[in-house]
Amino acid sequence: MALTKPIKSLWEIPREERFVGGHAACQGCGAALVLRHLTKVVGKDAIIVNATGCMEVISTLFPRTAWRNPWLHLAFENAGAAASGVEAALKALQRKGVLDKNRYIKVVAIAGDGGTFDIGLQSLSGMLERGHDVMYVVYDNEAYMNTGIQRSGATPYGAWTTTTPVGKKFRGEWRPKKDIVGIAYAHRIPYIATANPAYPIDMINKFVKAYNTRGPSLVHVLTPCTPGWRIPESKTIEVAKLAVQTGMWVLLEIENGKPKVTVKVRKRKPVREYLKMQGRFRHLTEEDIKKIQEMVDKYVEEINRWVGEEAIGPVEE
Amino acid sequence: MAVVKEKPREEQLPTRRRKIAATGSDAAAYAVRDADVDVVAVYPITPQAPIAENIAQMIADGELDAELIHVESEHSAMSAAVAAAATGARSFTATSSQGLELMHEILYIASGLRQPVVMALATRALSAPINIWNDYADAMAMRDTSWIMIFSENVQEVYDNLVQAFRIAEHPDVLLPVVVTLDGYILSHTTEALEPLDREEVLSFAPKRPRGYRPVLDPDHPVTIGVLGAPNWYQEVKVQQALAMRESRRVIEETGKEFGKRYGREYGFIEPYYMDDAEVAIVTLGATSSLVKAAVNRLREQGVKAGMVKIRVFRPFPAEELAKVLENVNALGVLDRAVSFGGALEGPLAMEVLSTLAVRGITKPFISFIHGLGGRDIFVKDVVEMYQKLLEAAKSGKSVTRTLFYGVRSRRGHII
Ligand SMILES: Cc1ncc(C[n+]2csc(CCOP(=O)(O)OP(=O)(O)O)c2C)c(N)n1
Ligand code: SF4
Ligand SMILES: [Mg+2]
Repeated sequence: MALTKPIKSLWEIPREERFVGGHAACQGCGAALVLRHLTKVVGKDAIIVNATGCMEVISTLFPRTAWRNPWLHLAFENAGAAASGVEAALKALQRKGVLDKNRYIKVVAIAGDGGTFDIGLQSLSGMLERGHDVMYVVYDNEAYMNTGIQRSGATPYGAWTTTTPVGKKFRGEWRPKKDIVGIAYAHRIPYIATANPAYPIDMINKFVKAYNTRGPSLVHVLTPCTPGWRIPESKTIEVAKLAVQTGMWVLLEIENGKPKVTVKVRKRKPVREYLKMQGRFRHLTEEDIKKIQEMVDKYVEEINRWVGEEAIGPVEE
Repeated sequence: MAVVKEKPREEQLPTRRRKIAATGSDAAAYAVRDADVDVVAVYPITPQAPIAENIAQMIADGELDAELIHVESEHSAMSAAVAAAATGARSFTATSSQGLELMHEILYIASGLRQPVVMALATRALSAPINIWNDYADAMAMRDTSWIMIFSENVQEVYDNLVQAFRIAEHPDVLLPVVVTLDGYILSHTTEALEPLDREEVLSFAPKRPRGYRPVLDPDHPVTIGVLGAPNWYQEVKVQQALAMRESRRVIEETGKEFGKRYGREYGFIEPYYMDDAEVAIVTLGATSSLVKAAVNRLREQGVKAGMVKIRVFRPFPAEELAKVLENVNALGVLDRAVSFGGALEGPLAMEVLSTLAVRGITKPFISFIHGLGGRDIFVKDVVEMYQKLLEAAKSGKSVTRTLFYGVRSRRGHII
């Protein structure tokens, strides 16, 4: 059974496991944790469409599978199109009486940042623009992890990756992260949210809303990656939480075009605290950190202006 | 007025059917309508576009109850079609040339996942230079993708082949995608007489099988489709796929025969033309066959024992049938409309035919011809010249060891 109403406490999270143990994700993988919760929310009557990437690879090494839901993987860049195909098929088969008209089956697409921001952007755009009834969840570990931590359009400024290495001339990624929420927003879809596993109730309730949306929805979840971010296996949630507390990651919800910050941060922590925990930022100089702080300050200002209140407060050391 | 006391039995019904004027694109759309396709995912490209437009019109008019996905690319068209098939729907797409190339990655995934997608391919040359006219470069580029490939010679065949395609693709012993070609413009835009079947007939010939006869995405029976196949399993999957392609021969043959029994037009893997006593023969594909037939007619009038073999089913390749029909010729040529650049011979079909004969110990004076690239007109006289070249080869007993390009603009004559 899908979770159709918002929850107030962790005790209300369904006990049933649908993304089951035994898969091959790294210890402390943020994305695997998110999928576990996502499948608890969507329940049995959901068809999952998964793009190529870590989550696909770790969960379906033949002859084993971690999925208790019907699950489809075609390729890296086409989760949006594949999900569209499943949704259209369900519609046609229900209309023609092959499938029960009164049973609601949700199509859930899952893709990484690479499969969404970069190579899968066109396919996602088509799916959103055509208005398919698909819930699209992008787990953002801020690089192509499956192929060995190469940068993606979601890699943040300053981050080391294997294709933005630290050398004498260049020191990590030199461009800011792409704004996927802004891109989704431009498609005027009914529901968009950002989420973070360190705030499980907020995340689950966003999954619930996306599930209950009729039409396209997108949930953008930050998912720390232990080898890719160079963090200890025990620090996934701590790092994820700091992303919110520093304003690097704002928990947003845009329902029918109206933006809202769902987890307000009265006093922000300096970004240094977030950066210092991660090996991928180890090379940053004080000057670099200052620049990132300025970027985050500007981003927070933009968000506050957008939502019409000071949802994210100033930095306090 | 006569009083009809009982319903006439089937054999008492008149067999003459209505004939209509239709282009190949119309025929393709009619077949999709009559097969009651559930999901169509198409992206327009010349010369396939009228197929997409016709289907859209049929859906708009309520003649076809299908979901039309206006995908934003052919890559997505093929992805959506495969996903729809995996959900248990009868799914269709159509494309040409650059569109097929953009689908390429997913062509292998469609067959690897054993999804019975049916596609119409309005054949067209590949860029660069960009060219919208007919040749078989696009079709030949998908020959290793594990799709069953059926070539059509005329508008009627486009319809008949597509109807058969659904039955073949969805057969539990096959479960492979099927592509049916129609020569770009030559068939896609040319009006001919077409005898369509009644919808009920099509649905009884190519019935929709009960859901669950093959694994599909279904919450009550969850399956994982599209797994990671490591070296310990990947090869088994691919071998099974190769075996399914072999097994499909039986189903294709059965389907073509049954079609003939029911509707009077029987289909095999190949169509021999004047091959009983042929001394020289040319093998070719698609609508080009009509042209070669015209050349054969002309030569026969002159007393030359020329013959022709049209390959209808290119995948799986009809090796046995071909070897048998070519056994007694004195010299043999293949007319390709695509180039395998740098190949042992540059004609892709030529290489298939040659290896078919070679492994059976049959050697013949052989010539590989290429003509008609990017819509270059092939004149009957050009084909007659090819036959003359074959007659010389038959006399000398010698093959031409390199491919000959015909119809080229060159000061040294049109053969290079
Ligand atoms: C067309 C294509 N190009 C490249 C790849 C190789 N590839 C597989 S997964 C992947 C990265 C996936 O990155 P992301 O979507 O962020 O997911 P993650 O692995 O980080 O979970 C790449 C580049 C591919 N499978 N297909
Ligand atoms: S590499 Fe990162 S995203 Fe991939 S399984 Fe490991 S922790 Fe998860
Ligand atoms: Mg990633």
